[in-house]
Amino acid sequence: MNYQWNWGVFLQPSATGDDTYLGWMISGLQMTIALSLSAWVLALMLGALVGVLRTVPNKLLAGLATAYVELFRNIPLLVQLFIWYFVLPELLPPDLGNAFKQSHPVMQQFLSSMVCLGLFTSARVAEQVRAGINSLPRGQKNAGLALGFTLPQTYRFVMLPMAFRLVVPPLTSEFLNIFKNSAVCSTIGLLELAAQGRQLVDYTAQPYESFIAVTLAYVMINVVVMLLMRRLETKVAVPGYIGGK
Amino acid sequence: MHEFDWSSIPGALPFLWDGMKISLLITAQAVLIGIVWGTLLAMMRLSSIKPLSWFAAGYVNFFRAIPLVMVLLWFFLIVPRFIETLLDFPPGSDLRLSSAMMGFALFESAYYSEIIRAGIQSVPKGQISAASALGMTYGQSMRLVVLPQAFRNMVPLLLTQAIILFQDTSLVYVSALADFFGAAYKVGDRDGRLVELLLFAGAVYFVICFSASQIVKRLQKKYHPA
Repeated sequence: MNYQWNWGVFLQPSATGDDTYLGWMISGLQMTIALSLSAWVLALMLGALVGVLRTVPNKLLAGLATAYVELFRNIPLLVQLFIWYFVLPELLPPDLGNAFKQSHPVMQQFLSSMVCLGLFTSARVAEQVRAGINSLPRGQKNAGLALGFTLPQTYRFVMLPMAFRLVVPPLTSEFLNIFKNSAVCSTIGLLELAAQGRQLVDYTAQPYESFIAVTLAYVMINVVVMLLMRRLETKVAVPGYIGGK
Repeated sequence: MHEFDWSSIPGALPFLWDGMKISLLITAQAVLIGIVWGTLLAMMRLSSIKPLSWFAAGYVNFFRAIPLVMVLLWFFLIVPRFIETLLDFPPGSDLRLSSAMMGFALFESAYYSEIIRAGIQSVPKGQISAASALGMTYGQSMRLVVLPQAFRNMVPLLLTQAIILFQDTSLVYVSALADFFGAAYKVGDRDGRLVELLLFAGAVYFVICFSASQIVKRLQKKYHPA
């Protein structure tokens, strides 16, 4: 092998001239983090709502929530992304669709990616929330109702405060997944970390350095998220449960 | 409002079916390699020989930390060049597709190995003690006693993972393999009917994955009536 290793390539000015190749990587990293975090907020809110609805005694609401989860779980993420990005703007009312198409391209890519990742992940979050609620002893709900709470009050004051704490450890892996899944968004041209990696290969002619750096960046994200979540897990652990104090 | 026109789909069905066959082939190959290599990894991970267990842990944690898209790009863009220069392949030989398929299988093996490890650990310890008391070697007790029981417990999880894997195959789009999704995209792009073709592809994936997951659920109830 006569490959010329050159790690200094990252400090060279990039092809566009206004930045270094390291700068490209950092902007990709920022995009990955911004996308994943904003999609995660969406996923948590929708996932909590849908997960709760799956456990309520109303057949219609529970059925709708089940349909939601099945829909997002049984279509590949890439297909969902393409549908959000290419199909939805065509099906929106013309005013709204045109407004979307006339917005900045990066804005279009980012919005589609965020909604896609957020909804895709929300179905998985919903499953964890449902499992958390179902794992509570049945007596808790009955006790709440016996004390004269209405059903929404029982959820609000008795079941959800417990369920949300129990659900934190399984959510860690979903949170890790959202960072990994965000790489799929490179396919619609969003310049996140994986897409920057591809660009680096094309522009620097140093494929090994480029891909090793990007891969290590993903490993680093993984480690940081895992450490942060572990701290959160010990903080919210419920005493008396496995993993609790 | 968009005017739907589904007319380009019927004529494209044979082409789409060819794509589906590639998707299914990649799935079958990755499931097979995933189970065999995943079992070996799981046994290494549980082995008392430290270097083996470190290797397996490193392999699994590494592949689980990086996105599948990155793995596919590695095996599509970088690995073929490396192999070609290393083994002095004649220029023009195209390893990229087989390399991408191999990368896919190696990636999925990490996930299979975690399922199989949990399955092996679900077999009571007394079973191994009993096997060694009967004079079986480690290999024999694994093959004849532990693994058959472990796999029985794992069937639903292995199948669920196969459904996820089938969905993941759509990502070979980044490596230009013409799987079902790639075929649908190409037809839509060619005819200017991307909206219809993408919705069609989504519907096909949904029907396949939803029915398969319902079958797995039924199997689970049959084998493990809770």
